[in-house]
Amino acid sequence: MKLTELSKQPSPWLRESGPLSEVVISSRIRLARNLADYEFKPCLTPERKKEILEIIKNALLALPLEQPLFFIDVEEAAPLERDLLAERYLISLPHARSDGPRGVVVAQSEHFSAMINEEDHLRMQVFAAAQQLEKCFEQINRIDTLLESKVQYAFHPRYGYLTACPTNLGTGIRVSVMLHLPALKMTGQIEKFFNTARDCNLAVRGLFGEGSEAVGDFYQLSNQVTLGVSEMEIVENFSATIVPKIVDYERVARRKLLEETPEAIDDKIQRSLAILRSARLVSSQEALILLSHVRLGIHTGRITDIPLSKINELFLYIQPAHLQMQAGRSLTPDQRDSLRAQIIRTALSVN
Amino acid sequence: MLCQNCKKQTATIHLTEISNGHRVETHLCQDCAQNQGLTIQTQIPLNELLSTLLSAPQEPAGPAQPPQEQKACPRCGMTLQRFSKEMLLGCPYDYEVFEKNLLPLILRTQNGHSEHCGKVPAAAGPDRKKQMRLTNLRRKLDEAVRREQYETAARLRDEIRKLQ
Repeated sequence: MKLTELSKQPSPWLRESGPLSEVVISSRIRLARNLADYEFKPCLTPERKKEILEIIKNALLALPLEQPLFFIDVEEAAPLERDLLAERYLISLPHARSDGPRGVVVAQSEHFSAMINEEDHLRMQVFAAAQQLEKCFEQINRIDTLLESKVQYAFHPRYGYLTACPTNLGTGIRVSVMLHLPALKMTGQIEKFFNTARDCNLAVRGLFGEGSEAVGDFYQLSNQVTLGVSEMEIVENFSATIVPKIVDYERVARRKLLEETPEAIDDKIQRSLAILRSARLVSSQEALILLSHVRLGIHTGRITDIPLSKINELFLYIQPAHLQMQAGRSLTPDQRDSLRAQIIRTALSVN
Repeated sequence: MLCQNCKKQTATIHLTEISNGHRVETHLCQDCAQNQGLTIQTQIPLNELLSTLLSAPQEPAGPAQPPQEQKACPRCGMTLQRFSKEMLLGCPYDYEVFEKNLLPLILRTQNGHSEHCGKVPAAAGPDRKKQMRLTNLRRKLDEAVRREQYETAARLRDEIRKLQ
């Protein structure tokens, strides 16, 4: 797996389509696991970290999966390569920026990745486009079951899978969906979403997970409670209750916008597209906001000549590490804004 | 209802303050509430929670015992003081060593739960799995009774009997 090649193609799973894709961009399920005979991160020496890295890496690479798996040594990788992995969600930002022996095992299709020596010894995740949480869970659960016959996890009869932070205790599961909620925002009803999240004990984050701000009406919604409920209950609560409810709010808001202020909404969509098609300098923040409007335009049938996959790909390509990998050198923020604008213009140009 | 502050946007945050027996109601829009520092926190930051829990008065310790926050795990050397700063434990054994201190924290962050009822590794043995299934079924039974779903409750009761 060549990292420079990666920067020129979108994550393969992102190309797929699926249920509720007009609101749900992607689904992700993560499991946190630790080895029974090793200390947690704060008390590990570099030597012990190396041992953990070898044990988990070898166990993962030997799994009988349909897809080839690759190991990437994150400690040895160049800073830009680490950022590229983070932009593709294959590793977390803390994993990219921390130090010491650590790595990631990635499936060819990039729908599966396993960080070794992140906050926990092992953090595995499965991605899918749109709302496909059940599929994600089925896949990650299968991998977890295969893996547990090769390594011994830290497990407690009362507290379940033991994690470095008690907030992940029990199932160690984090179920999340990336949502696009422009109409709720435009109609001033985004609070409905926040209230639902609060009532259901869920965390709301921005596009890039913990600590990131919500830009361009993209929100990541995930569970906080990991103990005292089963994995399936958490997944089903999302897929049967929470996600349909929020999707419904957003759909109603979109209909309302189109019925009551069709011109204003058209103006917003077409104006955003026009800017993206002609701007010479675009910051990533501006790009996300404008692309958000264009995405809404595609889903509401206001824009018909741009496939959705193109927009999803742009979200990846316009990020700093992707831009610099493409350019083959490091770029200043101004140079990035220029290259970003160029890539967007090319992608959205009228044939 | 319009926001009392800007009188432009709809008020969506309604505060009722009672001080000295007086009841004061405030109605604000999201923006004004935010400007006044009144946003609703969906999560209590973990470090805040930790410092309050650890600073809570401990039971009087015997004369020979060192203060709670300096007690160290014999395996990894982790102390509560260090945990409250880094928010990460030192080894799996810490869950036993600091159980008394961690339990209130676990209950708070895990919505009142303190018992795992999900997946069990095969290595934990078939007994553990059965135990977990029973715990799960009993919890669902309680829930069904609470919601007055008696048919479901009867079905769950039968399942529990079969397992026992």
